[in-house]
Amino acid sequence: MNAATRKSWILNAIALAALSAAFLLPIQSGAVNAYIVGLLITALINIIMATSLNLVCGLLGYLALGHAAFMGVGAYAAALVSIHWNVPLSFPLALLVGGIAAAITGVVIGVPALRLRGDYLAIITLGFGEIVRIIMNNMPILGGARSLRGIPRITTVPVAYVAVIICVTLMFTLGRSRHGRAILSIREDEVAATSSGVPVTYYKILAFTLAAFFAGIAGGLYAHYMGVLNPNRFNFDRSIEYLVMVVLGGMGSITGAIIAAIVLTLLPELLRGLSNYRMLIYSLALILMMLFRPDGLLGTAEFSLVSIGRSFKRTRRSAQNEGRDHSES
Amino acid sequence: MNPNPRHLLEINDLGIQFGGLTALEHVTFSMDPGEIVGLIGPNGAGKTTVFNLITGIYQPTLGSINLGGQTLNGRKTHKIFQSGVARTFQNIRLFKKLTVLDNVRVAAHNQMDYNPLIGALRLPGYWRDEAYATDHAMRMLDIFNLTEHADEMASSLPYGQQRRLEIARALISNPKLLLLDEPAAGMNPTETQALMATIREVRDRFGVAILLIEHDMRLVMGICERLVVLDYGQVIAKGTPAEIRQNERVVKAYLGGSAV
Repeated sequence: MNAATRKSWILNAIALAALSAAFLLPIQSGAVNAYIVGLLITALINIIMATSLNLVCGLLGYLALGHAAFMGVGAYAAALVSIHWNVPLSFPLALLVGGIAAAITGVVIGVPALRLRGDYLAIITLGFGEIVRIIMNNMPILGGARSLRGIPRITTVPVAYVAVIICVTLMFTLGRSRHGRAILSIREDEVAATSSGVPVTYYKILAFTLAAFFAGIAGGLYAHYMGVLNPNRFNFDRSIEYLVMVVLGGMGSITGAIIAAIVLTLLPELLRGLSNYRMLIYSLALILMMLFRPDGLLGTAEFSLVSIGRSFKRTRRSAQNEGRDHSES
Repeated sequence: MNPNPRHLLEINDLGIQFGGLTALEHVTFSMDPGEIVGLIGPNGAGKTTVFNLITGIYQPTLGSINLGGQTLNGRKTHKIFQSGVARTFQNIRLFKKLTVLDNVRVAAHNQMDYNPLIGALRLPGYWRDEAYATDHAMRMLDIFNLTEHADEMASSLPYGQQRRLEIARALISNPKLLLLDEPAAGMNPTETQALMATIREVRDRFGVAILLIEHDMRLVMGICERLVVLDYGQVIAKGTPAEIRQNERVVKAYLGGSAV
């Protein structure tokens, strides 16, 4: 780890601590009502969903339309662990089991589906997503359409917040490792990637599986927030919602996906006062966004404190230089 | 026929058909370690197809390809890269939205062996492997005068530097055989001169055998020690540049039937 890397890690750790304090203290003090708390938890869960889908859509560059199904698998698996297996630390364990169950589903779907690309992959993931939902609907142990009840409601804002920090950090570090680079190289040029020694099939499945894993964890959080699960919550509409977040944030940008997830969770609620016009304005916002920023909020760039610091220094330096020029003239 | 261990690359009776179309037939030639061989022929003769067969992008319908006595038939492209065959492309294929350094580091993928968990958790294995790969990649960029562009997007490089970056990316794996597909395409005479020097330097420095497809005859005649001439998917001549220049069939293929 060189000095610059260490500096940026320390800087980010301090910023994260400050953000956490600013975010969590008011909630812990009980100054916020239950409605806001619910909204925040939903936003946090959506952040994990959007950033995990970003692994497939942004980094790998493949369009997948079944992401909500992985969330559903994770939600049910985690819920079953919590309901039937009451051991200490069962909640983190439940989340992990949810993630792993979703990851296994990811492998099962990914191996046949990732032979295709573009529109074909989109359609096949859509189909698989619906199949998973219908299977969940018809499994007696999951309660089917009558819903699964009695899940302990453990997910609070701090719990979801910590989960988001861990998941996003892991996705970020994964994206900037040899595996992340390999996945990016497939997005850029598959033939060049395989000709540079990248086993493309393995990495396509890895990206897909990791995305499913994190979606499964988000599902586990969701199950323990709602307390009740219904398979229809994980339908195609939801998958589209997450895809919109990724596209809006900028394909390939984790910070973009986070911002888009927050905005798109809060926006419909903020517009609630406009009652009937709410969804109209929401849709209009999306259309305008795509017209004026087709690459999304951040494109493939990341929001970074270090680069902001750098550009700030640059502006200051050029301002100084200008000052000098003036004094010379 | 047993492969001759002295040869680095042995291509024997290679052929491929696309549907009913025979693109290559009875292609046989060999290369020694450290040799520079030119693969020439008119447009559509099947030169790039030979490259795609050697690198496993296509699978041959007939014949065999051996590298250092081991068959490459049926092997996956990334495995062939790992066993020592690297290439560049006719129309440059860089990872455009990755940095220059990352372009090279992608190809250094197999020189690192930490797993995704170690990478995600930033355990010591990650730092050790990445430091090694980054160091190696930077040295490669230095050789190709790309050091100052290391953090720029590959797409922002001018054409000539993109060509050089592609060669740098190919060489990071220390290949035994380097395939260059029209390296001088789109270059002016000065750039071509510089490229010739680079190719020779690459061979001397890395001891790599180079098989190159090229239309620029000054380059081909200037640096190739042997030539293989393809026409309509078949080898019509093999030999030194001097021999090829005298070869009637080659002149005919290039200039048309009535020229001789």
